[in-house]
Amino acid sequence: MEEETKRKFINIVGVKHVKLTQAQLLAYSYDATANFQAKADLVISPKDTEEIVEIVKLCAMERIPIVSRGSGTNLAAGTVPTQGGIILLFNRMNQIKELDKENLMITVQPGVITQEISNYVEEHGFFYPPDPSSMKISTIGGNVSENSGGLRGLKYGVTKDYVKALTVVLPDGSIVKTGGKLAKDVAGYDLTSLLVGSEGTLGIICEITLKIIPLPIHKKTGIAYFHSLEDAAETVSAIIESKIIPVTLEFMDRGTMDAVEEFMGLGLPEDAEAMLLMEQDGDIELVERDLQTMIKIAIEKGAKATAIAASTEEADLLKTGRRSALSALSRKRPTTILEDATVPRSEIANMVRAIQAIAIKHNVQISTFGHAGDGNLHPTCLTDIRNHEEMRRVEQALAEIFEVAISLGGTITGEHGVGEMKAPYLEWKLGESGIQLMKQIKQAIDPLNIMNPGKIFAKETKPRLVIQNG
Amino acid sequence: MVSELQQRMQESFVEHVNEEYIMDCMRCGFCLPACPTYMATDQDETHSPRGRIALMKAMRDGDVVWDGSIEEAFDVCLGCRACEPACPAGVQYGTLIEETRFAVQQVKPQTIKEKGLRNVAFNHLFADQKKMATTIKFFHFYQNSGLQKMTRKIGFLDLFPPFMKEMESVLPKIKSKQNSPVSSQPKLTNVAFFTGCLMDTLFQETNRKTIVLLEQLGAKVHIPKEQQCCGALHGHSGELDKGIQNARANIDAFDSDDYDYIVNNAGGCGAFLSEYQKHLQSDKHYKDKAARFSKKSIDISSLFVKLGLNDLLKTGQSDNESIVTYQDSCHLRNVNQVFHEPRTLLQNAPGFEYKELIDAGSCCGSAGIYNLLQPEMATRILDTKMKGVKDLKPTIIVTSNPGCLMQMQVGIQREGLQKEMTAMHIVDFLFNVMGKNKIIGVELNV
Repeated sequence: MEEETKRKFINIVGVKHVKLTQAQLLAYSYDATANFQAKADLVISPKDTEEIVEIVKLCAMERIPIVSRGSGTNLAAGTVPTQGGIILLFNRMNQIKELDKENLMITVQPGVITQEISNYVEEHGFFYPPDPSSMKISTIGGNVSENSGGLRGLKYGVTKDYVKALTVVLPDGSIVKTGGKLAKDVAGYDLTSLLVGSEGTLGIICEITLKIIPLPIHKKTGIAYFHSLEDAAETVSAIIESKIIPVTLEFMDRGTMDAVEEFMGLGLPEDAEAMLLMEQDGDIELVERDLQTMIKIAIEKGAKATAIAASTEEADLLKTGRRSALSALSRKRPTTILEDATVPRSEIANMVRAIQAIAIKHNVQISTFGHAGDGNLHPTCLTDIRNHEEMRRVEQALAEIFEVAISLGGTITGEHGVGEMKAPYLEWKLGESGIQLMKQIKQAIDPLNIMNPGKIFAKETKPRLVIQNG
Repeated sequence: MVSELQQRMQESFVEHVNEEYIMDCMRCGFCLPACPTYMATDQDETHSPRGRIALMKAMRDGDVVWDGSIEEAFDVCLGCRACEPACPAGVQYGTLIEETRFAVQQVKPQTIKEKGLRNVAFNHLFADQKKMATTIKFFHFYQNSGLQKMTRKIGFLDLFPPFMKEMESVLPKIKSKQNSPVSSQPKLTNVAFFTGCLMDTLFQETNRKTIVLLEQLGAKVHIPKEQQCCGALHGHSGELDKGIQNARANIDAFDSDDYDYIVNNAGGCGAFLSEYQKHLQSDKHYKDKAARFSKKSIDISSLFVKLGLNDLLKTGQSDNESIVTYQDSCHLRNVNQVFHEPRTLLQNAPGFEYKELIDAGSCCGSAGIYNLLQPEMATRILDTKMKGVKDLKPTIIVTSNPGCLMQMQVGIQREGLQKEMTAMHIVDFLFNVMGKNKIIGVELNV
């Protein structure tokens, strides 16, 4: 980037809010995705929407890519500046602006940490349910851009179910306000929904209004340990079939349990092949009844042991263990590559079986955990990026997992986003006409392709695999 | 064209910074909220553990060229190691930053002044207990002769950076040294006391009280004469090789089957002592001895609890409920996982109500000699800490490490709260409580 251009950026936000040194650019060259790294030309921290407008206009004029970045916990290389350009941070736009108790809405800036929103509304007796595993670190802007899920998705849905209004700076520098504090709103296309999960490719989100709900009075957590992954998966299907919608139905296999145990020392049994974490909230009677029923179903399906968390602290420890699963798994091998394949809930047992078979077939180490109740699994390949032969097998195994998920009516990503990592596989899920439609939308809104270029849409689609049955 | 410095620096990183440890980091970011410098810099990834590890890797791989910005990123790290318990992947960050500083130190051109300072500090002062004692004697003279008062009066200290000045004014009054066990009757538990170089000089009173309390609790206290500085300060400053020399000397000094425990009363030392094992794992002569040493190493609060001090404290009765709080020593908490024991002691202290300080587990900015090297960042972190203190309004802030103690004292002074509160080492605090409440039959010399 020309010195002259850098000066223009500095003029917008002030020299204190631009990062330019070698160390700084390197420290913003990655996110939580293995094997992706690239340096931006400059990292910038605007203080408000007006400064963002100026930045976007400058980028449009000079054709400079803009990558919006929260805390850089992305798992699909969505915030890696692979095309150079600038990284836009929200560390100065991190205020909770308003809690509207009458409308049950909270308005926040994109840089607020998700956990802070959760704590803040709970202090006032309200509840913001979406709770991605990284919620202690991730920003709400990142969550909205990725449409993040979490552990409570089964009963409460994901981020998009709570976003009611957005203020967005479009690639030409114009400001658009979508939605409103409204229970109903059918005025034209639903632009809010289009922008949620758009991974920074359509505009810069500058303000977010979220729906909140009353805080459930009571909650309780149970665990069940199983002899096999299939028993656990079948328990999940049976629970949902019995007309219970629990808050949480989380699953961890043997390998994941080992890693979490090493980090947290929770006392997880060494002889179980899988565990389910089950949580229900609501009125005391309902919570007790549902939890008892879930435990009963688990035992019927062959659970070797079950337990109910004695206290909130114990329940929180178990959930923290589950949240740390991915990072804890990276203890085992130098590189962890995780997937996010999602299938209809009814197919969860089939998917689990298929993953096991794929791991054996390609001779790769895969540990699986995830939001079983949502059909959203996180098969994680434990490997070493320096071993090229092994990496080739890993890539084949992951491609095969995508293929199986799609054949079961599923998708290549449930909650992590496409980013750059899964872009070559997107067409497998969408088909040619699906991807064409999306490209036309992108072209209409961002004709200069300055908004997070290289993400979602790949230059080339991976050739599809031919899979034998089984 | 790669410069010679760059080439040597890269080679030094490749040689000294363990690639496998770097690969343990999967960049999930779970360390970020735990890192005081990340939080104090409006979330600057450059000053986060994840960012620094990425920089270590980039140095190894030749993806960056050594410059001031990279050096600063490593220098600004407090070394508090709060990222370690937060890391699900079990990254050994403390080792990585020590190795990094060592790698840099091997190659970095030093000014003559810096060379001289380092030489005095690491090759002589902290390497030799006697020299330390002599230096401190001079300091003692400086304090007692009125010279200190005079230099303070004429503003001699204005010549130093402001933080130095604040630090100097909270240095404890030194009394002349006389470290001998108070009682000599045979006891049940044999405890070897690691006196620590700062604790043994500037904080000698605290050491005396440590011995008295241990003896009152039925321990026989031994003070091996040949002991040295633990080596932590060397290790944190890129002189790990010299730190390891001290480790060997200490292992020899304390190598006796008679000792049940090797106790220390400084969190920073304790962590390093417990890691002798790690540092000497490939030294075939010292490997086993180091493991024995580290296994016996224990902090004073944990030993007090083991020796039943909590039960004794409970026998005391007093209505005067002043508020006491606790600022964790980072290394005691993050490396040795000791945070419960000191709190239980304070909770049981008669006459006091224990209240938890917000973010007590996060660094105060002292971090060894960090506050002297990075005064601006240290002050920023301290000021945040003091906000919590002002909300809580304690009478006493208890600490477990001399650096933290002085830093909290500076914080109190900066806020002008000297009349309302004070900072104390946990041993001094417990000694006072025991004395005041006549908990032990023997009258303590308070």
